[in-house]
Amino acid sequence: MNNTLLSHLTVGEKGRVLSLTLPADARQRLMEMGLTPGTECSVVRFAPLGDPMELRVRGYHLSLRKAEAEGVAIERL
Amino acid sequence: MNTLLSDANPAQEAAVLTRRLAIAGNPNCGKSTLFNALTGMQQKVGNYPGVTVEKKEGTFYGSQGQQMTLLDLPGTYSLQARSPDEAVSRDVLLGRIPGTPCPDTIIAVVDASNLERNLYLVSQILELGIPTVLALNMVDTAEEAGIVIDPEELSQKLGIPVIPLVASKRFGLIPLKQALSRADLPAPKFCAPMPPALAAEAQQIAPFIEAPAQAQFSEAILLLGLSEAALAESRHSSPELRVKIREAQQRLNSAGMDVCSTAVDARYQWISRICAETVRGTPNTGLTLSDRLDMILTHRVWGSLAFLAAMALMFFSIFTIAQVPMDWIRDGLKLFGSWVESQMPDNDFRSLVVDGIIAGVSAVLVFLPQILTLSFFLGILEDSGYMARAAFMMDRLMSRVGLHGKSFIPMLSSFACAIPGVMATRTIEQRKDRLVTILVAPLMSCSARLPVYGLMIAVLLPDTSALQKSGIMLSMYMLGICTAFLMALIFKKTILRSETPILLMEMPPYRLPSARDLLLRMKERAVIFLKRAGTVILALSILLWALITYPKPENPEAKGSEVIAHSVAGQLGHALEPIIRPLGFDWKIGIGLIGSLAAREVFVETMSIVYNVGQDQQGDGVETLQETMRNEKREDGTPVYTPLVCVGLMVFYVLAMQCLSTLAVVRRETNSWRWPAFQFVYLTLLAYVGTFIVYQGGKLLGWQ
Repeated sequence: MNNTLLSHLTVGEKGRVLSLTLPADARQRLMEMGLTPGTECSVVRFAPLGDPMELRVRGYHLSLRKAEAEGVAIERL
Repeated sequence: MNTLLSDANPAQEAAVLTRRLAIAGNPNCGKSTLFNALTGMQQKVGNYPGVTVEKKEGTFYGSQGQQMTLLDLPGTYSLQARSPDEAVSRDVLLGRIPGTPCPDTIIAVVDASNLERNLYLVSQILELGIPTVLALNMVDTAEEAGIVIDPEELSQKLGIPVIPLVASKRFGLIPLKQALSRADLPAPKFCAPMPPALAAEAQQIAPFIEAPAQAQFSEAILLLGLSEAALAESRHSSPELRVKIREAQQRLNSAGMDVCSTAVDARYQWISRICAETVRGTPNTGLTLSDRLDMILTHRVWGSLAFLAAMALMFFSIFTIAQVPMDWIRDGLKLFGSWVESQMPDNDFRSLVVDGIIAGVSAVLVFLPQILTLSFFLGILEDSGYMARAAFMMDRLMSRVGLHGKSFIPMLSSFACAIPGVMATRTIEQRKDRLVTILVAPLMSCSARLPVYGLMIAVLLPDTSALQKSGIMLSMYMLGICTAFLMALIFKKTILRSETPILLMEMPPYRLPSARDLLLRMKERAVIFLKRAGTVILALSILLWALITYPKPENPEAKGSEVIAHSVAGQLGHALEPIIRPLGFDWKIGIGLIGSLAAREVFVETMSIVYNVGQDQQGDGVETLQETMRNEKREDGTPVYTPLVCVGLMVFYVLAMQCLSTLAVVRRETNSWRWPAFQFVYLTLLAYVGTFIVYQGGKLLGWQ
């Protein structure tokens, strides 16, 4: 029940990355930016037009589109 | 050896003695600030052969006076070689680029306040086996955030010297130079621990890789981690090697390993262990100043207002502040031109000097104030971290046409002038998206169109209110914007077909931009423009002068209008007439179109020569010109400049690529004449069709 997709988190919610279901290149890029399985992240905000979203991960801020966030399975914390 | 030395010229000998350093790091880690702090004014910018990635080099002196050349590698998060920037960094570090020898020392810059992610690139750099010094930058910000890093512990764990610094305050530069000057810098012997199965496959492949022996294993890991498409594009792998890699990938996949992510995961696990042992202190969890600023600056209402205000300020400055020196340059050179004219005998050579060379130099220099102002603002936007916020807010709109949020700023800059706009596309990582942005940038109405719009509106509606005039002006701007988005969408679906680029953008904390970095950036942009585009613009201006001057009419007393009618340009105007007649244009307008190829605002000047007005009266030249144009009749006695022709001309100027300077810059930025040629053809066709629809459609509706 606590498992969801990164794109479904709301502002302020925290989660731990479970797995990434994305094309190889995109998956690798996301992981290189620090979104590896087991990493905690929280949603900082969404852009004024609703997309992209801004995360806090490994002590810095990263923005990505919901389209990619839909490929990231999350355990809500 | 002896013969080698005796044959070498002094420059080569000096090159042997000079240490070659390269500086690498993530974007936003303060790499450029450190580069500027070390090298100051001793910088030059070029391009790597065959790619459009900038090659920036500088020199400085070590603590014992040794000369060092420092190569600034593009800021990247990884050496995986999926983008041109990553590929160049990797190729330089492996000595694979002709004319760029492999560096003998690397300065790896990391942001101490963001150590984990920054160490990812470091883990890849260490594996290359090149002596490396870690520049632990921004230790002050890290400490403010409650992060304390033990440099000695980190140095031991990584096996390389670690120098804490604050590059923006020039703190730690001397220890860094001392560390770099050491003759006995050890080469790191490091490999990020990989799972045994992956390591075994990499060992098998390593001997077949063209790279220095110590880097083969790491290169094997990287190649194994590439997707099939990326592997096919990798330039340094033979077909046999690719087969071996694919087989190894299949073996690992069937054993249940996802190769793409395993290596990344392994590196981050190693990083977590390093950080656990070297990072002390508890990070503050409260809101930072940056967080507070972002609550306003990316807010739905306040953020949008702040964004509009920032853009308005930028434009206002370009149109007002830059306009002043632009007028100085134009008037100054005009004055200089008339002085030269008075000093020289009246002959063709004088005309070449005054109307060709001096006017050409003026055409080049007049862009400088805009380029300087825009690069000043872009520098502030980028160095402060606001650029990432602008891209964050605009990404939704830009992704509708398949572009990245980062395409927004170059397009916006093009409202001032497409030249700095095209130059600003360098921040876009994907080649195809950069090309699409370059191709549509000239559709944004630049300031050089204003005189043309102004003249045509005055001819169209001489006595109308300012409100109506701005309405017409605004609709021309909107036409340009809509066409740009439409064309971007078409290009993304056809010739530059690619997925909407993935947005994965760091939002760096806000920082105060340094004046030094800003000035160096402005100087760099100006030099690049003058060196790379200025020469072409000057040559084209002289060519254009020849076109409107030769051949001369037999009567030496001929007026300007007769000379121009007799010239090649005049003949071209006549030759063009059958083609442009369906647009409602006559041959005189044809001459104006040809003349304004140098710069759009020249249209006004060319038309005044064609109609022989405003030559002697300074100031009210335009006024007489619009009167003359309004009274101009065709052979059948009907006026030439009907409302439809006026609107058609404006539409033509919105869409047409009437700017050789932009083409010269596009040539420089894309490294070939193919793209500027295509751009010229498609925009001219677009302008023709657009004007045709306005004129013929209008006539069908019974308008004039």
